[in-house]
Amino acid sequence: MIRTENLEKSFGENHVLKGVSTEFYSGKPNLIIGSSGAGKTVLLKLLIGLFEPSEGKVYYDDTDLFSLDDEALRQVRMKVGMLFQGNALFDSMSVGENIRFPMDMFTNKTLAEKEKRVDECLEMVNMEGINDRYPSEVSGGMQKRVGIARAMVLEPKYLFCDEPNSGLDPKTSILIDELICDLTNTNNITTVINTHDMNSVMGIGDNIVLLKDGNLAWQGDKTQVLESDSEVLQDFIFASPFLRRLREDALKTRHAHD
Amino acid sequence: MVVTNMLFHLGRYVSLLRDSISRPEKFSMYYKETMRQMDAIGVGSVFIVLLISVFIGMVTAVQFADQLGDSFVPSYYIGYIVRDITIIEMAPTITCLVLAGKVGSNLAAEIGGMRQKEHIDAMEIMGVNTAAYLILPKIIAAVFVIPMLVAISAFVSIIGGYLSTVVPGTISHTEYVLGLRSFFVPRYVFMMFVKAAVFAFLLTSISCYMGYHVKGGSIELGEASTSAVVVSDVLILVFDFLIALVLT
Repeated sequence: MIRTENLEKSFGENHVLKGVSTEFYSGKPNLIIGSSGAGKTVLLKLLIGLFEPSEGKVYYDDTDLFSLDDEALRQVRMKVGMLFQGNALFDSMSVGENIRFPMDMFTNKTLAEKEKRVDECLEMVNMEGINDRYPSEVSGGMQKRVGIARAMVLEPKYLFCDEPNSGLDPKTSILIDELICDLTNTNNITTVINTHDMNSVMGIGDNIVLLKDGNLAWQGDKTQVLESDSEVLQDFIFASPFLRRLREDALKTRHAHD
Repeated sequence: MVVTNMLFHLGRYVSLLRDSISRPEKFSMYYKETMRQMDAIGVGSVFIVLLISVFIGMVTAVQFADQLGDSFVPSYYIGYIVRDITIIEMAPTITCLVLAGKVGSNLAAEIGGMRQKEHIDAMEIMGVNTAAYLILPKIIAAVFVIPMLVAISAFVSIIGGYLSTVVPGTISHTEYVLGLRSFFVPRYVFMMFVKAAVFAFLLTSISCYMGYHVKGGSIELGEASTSAVVVSDVLILVFDFLIALVLT
């Protein structure tokens, strides 16, 4: 589990996060949502430790992330996997080498053992047999899967995904969501996903954290979204007239059934 | 304002160097990366170094031969002057100024590109000390191979001087070789290697610094690359003077 306590972050005069206290649970996908500029990416980077907070704390289980020295922080980071918005796959390395890189850096496994683990990870994301191809030779959706395979290679306890659906068609987005959800449940990982995708919210949102103007505006799960009377949530999720009508119809149907 | 800015960059540069000198996560990975950089910086620069060096030697010899004209200075001095000017100044300084352009801009663009594509963030999150992994092998490789390139440059410059004076018949083979063997001061060779190592350190560390801290898009990356070359060139000239002061 990851917990934040009164987390604040300012860049000069720009007060981006204004005291966010929340929890992200193990074994389920935790989604951070909010409009552009709400502070989602800053919160994610604070959780990973890429930014230092102006105020407040981030706890990984009971460990205060920002009280650790460099070596201890490195040990924690080795338990973290991250899927970047742009995938951040190393262009000069093949898919297999990309996935193998964390093992090359941190383990004493033999080449055969590492290759076996690479194959396992590629199988996990249904991408067997593309070890020798380069990131530029595979599609955006495949790159996302390779990014997930690399994030999973050291069997992380914590997985962070920054906009995993950006640039993907709806069908591939759902496949990626399902894949992340499966890996999270199977491996009991604390997964934090920063997303704009409403399909993800309604599909895998077991714990949804809504940010607005740097504050925690709402927190709940996908089953509470439809009936919540939080105006901020409804304005964000059901922003278009079409979606609002859809929600009203869904509520009517549900009440009729009740 | 300018002084504050300079102090800011100096502090950040020193801090980055301090971070880059730390225990490798895995020695074999650093060794492999150092070898790759030696190949890229060393082998990749041989052709340009040979090209500029042969012309430097040829121009130096032709100009000096012209200035000697009908004076009473013996013509074998051409070999002597080409040798000393090449070893003391031309080979280390001109070679490193050219390498600052070729290697320096390349390093700044490579690391800056990695910063922009979030490769550095990805490595940080994996637990890699990126300052050490991305910068230390490049500095070690450069400090090792650039003095070799400078030695090759000095040798080729002297051959260039030979080609431009002996082949057309300005002086004889014997006179040129006599010049090369006259008044030799071994300390100048030592000075050449000191300069080469210091310049190699400066051009790689400054270029890596510029790339590592790049922010923004392609325009900023281009600016970082240009700054890497300009700052490296200026500091190479400043340190050239300081080394000359100290070692002569």
